[in-house]
Amino acid sequence: MQVTSSVREPLITGGKTLKDVTHDISRQVEGKPSMLWLLAVLVSVGALALGFIALAATLWEGIGMWGLNKTIGWAWDITNFVWWVGIGHAGTLISAVLLLFRQKWRMAINRAAEAMTIFAVICAAMFPIIHMGRPWLGAYWALPLPNTFGSLWVNFNSPLLWDVFAISTYFSVSLVFWYIALIPDFATIRDRATGLRKIIYSALAFGWDGAAKTWSRFETVSLILAGLATPLVLSVHTIVSFDFATSVIPGWHTTIFPPYFVAGAIFSGFAMVLTLMIVTRKVFKLEDYITIGHIELMNIVIIITGSIVGIAYITEFFIAWYSGVAAEQYAFVNRAFGPYWWAYWSMMTCNVISPQLFWFKKIRTSIVLTFILSLVVNIGMWFERFVIIVTSLHRDFLPSSWAMFYPTWADVGVYLFTFGLFFTLFFLFAKFFPVINMFEIKSIIKSSSTKQPK
Amino acid sequence: MERDKNFILGVYDDEDVLMDAVTQLRKSGVKIHEVYSPFPVHGLDEVLGYRRSRLPIAAFLFGMLGTTLALVMQFYMMKFDWPMIIGGKDHASLPAFIPVTFELTVLLAAFGMVGVFMVASNLKPWGQARIFDLRITDDKHVMAIDLATNAGLGEEKLADVLKISGATEVNKKSFE
Repeated sequence: MQVTSSVREPLITGGKTLKDVTHDISRQVEGKPSMLWLLAVLVSVGALALGFIALAATLWEGIGMWGLNKTIGWAWDITNFVWWVGIGHAGTLISAVLLLFRQKWRMAINRAAEAMTIFAVICAAMFPIIHMGRPWLGAYWALPLPNTFGSLWVNFNSPLLWDVFAISTYFSVSLVFWYIALIPDFATIRDRATGLRKIIYSALAFGWDGAAKTWSRFETVSLILAGLATPLVLSVHTIVSFDFATSVIPGWHTTIFPPYFVAGAIFSGFAMVLTLMIVTRKVFKLEDYITIGHIELMNIVIIITGSIVGIAYITEFFIAWYSGVAAEQYAFVNRAFGPYWWAYWSMMTCNVISPQLFWFKKIRTSIVLTFILSLVVNIGMWFERFVIIVTSLHRDFLPSSWAMFYPTWADVGVYLFTFGLFFTLFFLFAKFFPVINMFEIKSIIKSSSTKQPK
Repeated sequence: MERDKNFILGVYDDEDVLMDAVTQLRKSGVKIHEVYSPFPVHGLDEVLGYRRSRLPIAAFLFGMLGTTLALVMQFYMMKFDWPMIIGGKDHASLPAFIPVTFELTVLLAAFGMVGVFMVASNLKPWGQARIFDLRITDDKHVMAIDLATNAGLGEEKLADVLKISGATEVNKKSFE
């Protein structure tokens, strides 16, 4: 029996059967790695190795290796931190929020988006830890362990400490959510495999039996985890924004930061999902599962969140003027027309103007243009964080301490290291893990796929 | 005959046929051991007569534990063990403790619930599932009926009932 809705576009094309789904997704895991994949891993590991030189130098010499000075104490590192955390917002948003809203199109992309989230949060967490200067002491600087094993505790009034809790909770809950959904798919691979692969995937599948009782519990767990992860996603970037908003620096001390940061995070996260998925669907021939329809829907999310970000930029300017506070007004005029004008206008172009192009159906359904614009959005979002952090700091309250920030090779190198790490992990995931959630796709094959040729 | 050893299996291709078959078999007095599927079939647990999972209760209790631990920890550290004046605020400043309390609530609720789920469903890295049919993780639904608990009906009768209900194959499976 095949039910085709006349209203909704099918989510899966090519008349796939259940067996086809198993075959199409497991094939990537079981087959020999392609030359293209090997090349991609080689480039990523190369970036990782090259970046490691900068990381090692930073750890050896201290963060004096970076371009920071006494005026600008946060620059590339915290920019990268906020940028990576922002990217890490799409995965759990897609799998949790869209699950609660019963958006079935999430099923083709949630697995990879969650993997991306986890890897991005790993990259993000590195920066504040390195910035501590002596990260090996970080455990009792950041966790509620007594200082020098006496009894002075961490400061629970500080948003920086809230961040430690927010990001570590977000990371571990996302990891569990992701892994729970992987178990049934590992079982599929286990049951097709022989030899060493069977041993490995048996361990990964945790003895999954596919019983109705287990599925029933599994569904409950997914729903509750989605319910828990939804406020969690919103809390993470809210708390990251508190790092800035609770300070008294003009340009940071802004009440709209929490929603503005969350919208920006979803915006950049979806852009990174698009960048990765467009490549993945091509390399692994998944065009029947990740259709133009999926890309269009993600582009619509980008229009919405991009517009929220644009309104936030304008609101900030308006409020700075309306507040009547000279320091606040100066901070914003300096952003747009001061020495960092180029960063400000790059941000405005990439984040406010370019996503508006997606109002044209031709553009939002074009793979090449979507790919280019997804990169543009991520460049723009990096500049947004750079603008917020560096331009607010570089003109201090005392003109005698005004300064400029110039990145060193170590700044760039550590950033490169995280790129290497992110892509190495993502490519390993794409090869050895089922990139698309097979069981979820199978559950909608009757209702949401094109007619099976019989 | 010993229980939980010898089974007769009905293999189904379609989840809607399977759902009808489960209802029909249960009505005619067949005790179904379990149904195995490649994906969650909505409503299958209801027609099988399973009670609703109590995992939400576990999640709630673990969440409450997280809330309590977080508040106790923060008040103990900031108010009693080493009171410090920070920004002229009260030592016990509840609003500042909300974010960490929220995070620990979510953390413990999620980990506690997943832990209970793993234990309840016997999921562990060294766990070995009893596999009735390898295709249940691919494209087939399998209904397993214990021959011992349905001794009154007899094997042939059960095979007929399964075939009539829409099973595409009827197999036998025995475990040691």
